[in-house]
Amino acid sequence: MKKKNITTILIILAIYIGVFLLTDVTGIIGPYYQVNIFLAGINIILALSLNLIVGFTGQLALGHAGFMAVGAYVSAVCTMKLGIPFIPAVVVGALAAMLIGLVIGLPTLRLRGDYLAIATLGFGEIIRGLVVNIEYVGGAAGINGIPKKTTWTMLFLFVIITIAVIKNFINSSHGKMCVSIRDNEVAAEIMGVNTTYYKTVAFSLGAFFAGLGGALYAHYFFLIQPTTFTFARSFDILVMVVLGGLGSITGSILAAIGVTFLNAVLVDFGAIRMVIYALLLILVMIFRPQGLMGTKEFNLQSLLGFKGRGGKNAKNN
Amino acid sequence: MLKTTNVSMIFGGLAAVSHLNLEIKKGELVGLIGPNGAGKTTVFNFLTGVYVPTEGDVEFNNKRLNGVKPNKITSYGIARTFQNIRLFASMSVLDNVKLASYWHDNYSMLDAILRLPRYGKMEQEMDKKALQLLEIFGLADKAEMKATSLPYGEQRRLEIVRAMAANPELLLLDEPAAGMNPQETQELMALIGRINKEFGLTILLIEHDMSLVMGVCERIYVLEYGKTIAEGTPEEIKNNPRVIEAYLGEEA
Repeated sequence: MKKKNITTILIILAIYIGVFLLTDVTGIIGPYYQVNIFLAGINIILALSLNLIVGFTGQLALGHAGFMAVGAYVSAVCTMKLGIPFIPAVVVGALAAMLIGLVIGLPTLRLRGDYLAIATLGFGEIIRGLVVNIEYVGGAAGINGIPKKTTWTMLFLFVIITIAVIKNFINSSHGKMCVSIRDNEVAAEIMGVNTTYYKTVAFSLGAFFAGLGGALYAHYFFLIQPTTFTFARSFDILVMVVLGGLGSITGSILAAIGVTFLNAVLVDFGAIRMVIYALLLILVMIFRPQGLMGTKEFNLQSLLGFKGRGGKNAKNN
Repeated sequence: MLKTTNVSMIFGGLAAVSHLNLEIKKGELVGLIGPNGAGKTTVFNFLTGVYVPTEGDVEFNNKRLNGVKPNKITSYGIARTFQNIRLFASMSVLDNVKLASYWHDNYSMLDAILRLPRYGKMEQEMDKKALQLLEIFGLADKAEMKATSLPYGEQRRLEIVRAMAANPELLLLDEPAAGMNPQETQELMALIGRINKEFGLTILLIEHDMSLVMGVCERIYVLEYGKTIAEGTPEEIKNNPRVIEAYLGEEA
């Protein structure tokens, strides 16, 4: 057990220092792929947070960009207009998203399947509609000139915290109660699981991390606009979750990285980019309908092998 | 212990159960039988809060159960199995059993997320308790297997183990022998008898298999079209003309 922990810490440190050396110090990775590394990190947070709701608890929610928007806007207002330091601002943004998640979750989680999907879809659009009409946050023009506070260290730290919290939650009795709702809601309730409570917990915890992702996004890209948080964004996150496997943490991480860099590479293909993207998704769904990982997780050995390969690929770029 | 007074369950125009009066005393092993569609599973569903009865009262240990949520009823001390097996498909045998125990024994979410010492200690205890229970029912060596990969008969047994992990006083078994061969049914009968005697659990049993019901139950209720048509010891039920009529049709 101890040895395993040490290996994990070593891998984490290696990734952190590796990327740090390749970008900030030596500049081997150019600015374009640097942006994508950051985007991948943010996408990992977003995909994991949605997987908690859709994959583990089995509640199809389509308004994830809405929570991201709340986190982004609230944290941006905190740092720019209220002069709150970066880390507390990010936490406030995430908490605001969680609060909204709670408010939205309590009534909508009574709905099932497609009804919940439509209700959350509507919620995402409402948030976007709201920010367009609030002059205080710049209306349709959005907020410009947000301080670039999301450094590699900060991002890495938050990604690790997200993974650790969600992993520990899922592997605990509380997480298993969420999974039992997905597996069989009636049986879960009969076995003493307060299903409403645990659905709400999963939903607001997911919203919290989506808000966190949004806040980090805002403080990396200077600019946030209502159009940043459209349905297409929610859908992108859902694609990562489904692609990685509903109910797999490592699956979500891999898919978030994969989809981000796939998008980055496909930029060169211009107009047919979306066609290739869609084709790849269709192929994956035909040959691996359960997603890359299904509900399984990488064990440490194969994780070690994979991360090693990932490092090499990154260098080739 | 359990008492239903004049309970009816009406769906649209259909009375699935009408004016049902059940009474079960502590420690009893009672059977609930009847032809297909007699409303037996409906009875279980309103006893466990899946349905709210249209009229009448359901009382358990002097607490009214009408309109109480299923998870709350579990905490009052009622657990059940399902006619169509409802195990948690993605989980291991052990996790299925542990899940039913979380309502009475658990650490906080903070313990879990921060991996505080309480988490490790309680997880160990839960594992131990669940394994003990699995041991009694001969499933301990399959604890790490996926629940749905067990053979059918063992899945049924696992459902009983899971229900028992919820620490019930009253156990409701919905056709536990369905789809089992005669030998498995024999073993199951012995097992149900043991649960009743050794664990002191009160049991209400729905069953089609007459030999099983007649063999283990002390008292039997017979339902037909949602109405109680007979009640008594197995001997009385066997010779009751109304019951014979319900099962075999009218004498020519």
